[in-house]
Amino acid sequence: MTLPIAEQRLIACPRCDLLHLDPEAGEDSADLDYTVRCARCHAVLMAPRTGAFTQVFVLAVTALILMVAAVYFPFLDLQVAGLTNKTSLLDAILAFSSGLLLPLSFAVAALIVLIPALRFAAVAYTLWPLLRARPPFRHARKMFRLAEVLRPWAMAEIFIVGVAVALVKVAGLASISIGPAFWAFCALVVVAALHDNFMCRWTIWKSLEQSSG
Amino acid sequence: MMTARTAGFVACDRCGLVYGQDSAICTRCGSVLASRAPLSLQRTMAWLIAGLIAYLPANIYPMLLTSTLFERQESTIVEGVVDLVHHGSYGVAFIVFFASIVIPLGKFMAMFYLVFAVRRHWALKSQQRHVMLEIVEFIGRWSMIDVFVVAILSALVQLDTVATINPGVAAVSFALSVVFTMLAAQSLDPRLIWDEAETEAEAEARA
Repeated sequence: MTLPIAEQRLIACPRCDLLHLDPEAGEDSADLDYTVRCARCHAVLMAPRTGAFTQVFVLAVTALILMVAAVYFPFLDLQVAGLTNKTSLLDAILAFSSGLLLPLSFAVAALIVLIPALRFAAVAYTLWPLLRARPPFRHARKMFRLAEVLRPWAMAEIFIVGVAVALVKVAGLASISIGPAFWAFCALVVVAALHDNFMCRWTIWKSLEQSSG
Repeated sequence: MMTARTAGFVACDRCGLVYGQDSAICTRCGSVLASRAPLSLQRTMAWLIAGLIAYLPANIYPMLLTSTLFERQESTIVEGVVDLVHHGSYGVAFIVFFASIVIPLGKFMAMFYLVFAVRRHWALKSQQRHVMLEIVEFIGRWSMIDVFVVAILSALVQLDTVATINPGVAAVSFALSVVFTMLAAQSLDPRLIWDEAETEAEAEARA
């Protein structure tokens, strides 16, 4: 059942259920920059920003390109006593591929490469038509919901801290040279943080609804 | 202060839109609507227990198998931290200690406390409980650090007979434990925590 007009101006805090009046209802203020927080639990309800769609889209695409670079270029080289071992991100994923530990290989692949990439792709897919003021692509809502569900499972930033710890552990035993993929991955972490920061979910959901008619 | 529930509405917990009681699916984002997530406490409890079961072998079995020309060494999570301290890398030892021991244990205690507090209507400020849940949700994922450390070390240190590092079984059970507790945190509907505050306020109003 759709609510009467009066109740359509209400939004509820997703975290504590407190009702608020939608500050955008009734007026065309879509290009103002502001942040609305829940009066009780202080969760961010909306944080629209001018040009945010473009920024988030560009950041998502940048992150995807960096991810491709991070997977294909050499990640780290280890040299000790004339022996060298070149490691790519793929090798790190396949570290668990022997026997019992195989499922962990899939998990690591998902957490550091597949899920982050899928998330950026889903966000880019959702925003591209909205940017050009066109109706959203098919299944855009499903894709954006997927991006939201995957959010806690994208662990690129945790992986990079793990790499730093590992480097300290072997630093005394061998010399290590850092490859381009390592820097690509570091850049990816920064871009992903900006991407999450600029994104206002409320505005995206609202635009998806309005532009699909 | 009025919540969607006290006003007789159902709110979407993904996009915040408010509907009448008989709506089942959010027309804006397509989420399934429920005033409070069904069986939230039970599901949280189930994931927590699963996480705790996986956490035990994670600490008993070796996380890393190191072999050099002269020796073969197996080390558990705790031994890994002790090793780092012996090497004088106190900062990194602290990060690993915090991520693989303090965070998981703290997370278990906080989540069990939250479930019991909601269930038994224990008196405490909802704001504090809410902050607690946010910390658990935000910080819980960082326990995964040790699994990634093991992955990188085992990929990097593969120098035939001179030195090799291989992952141990504990890596799998530790990763499972982190995943289960993340699912536990996601299963707990934060709105349940705030429902307590509402009844407190109502009690005050009546008095």
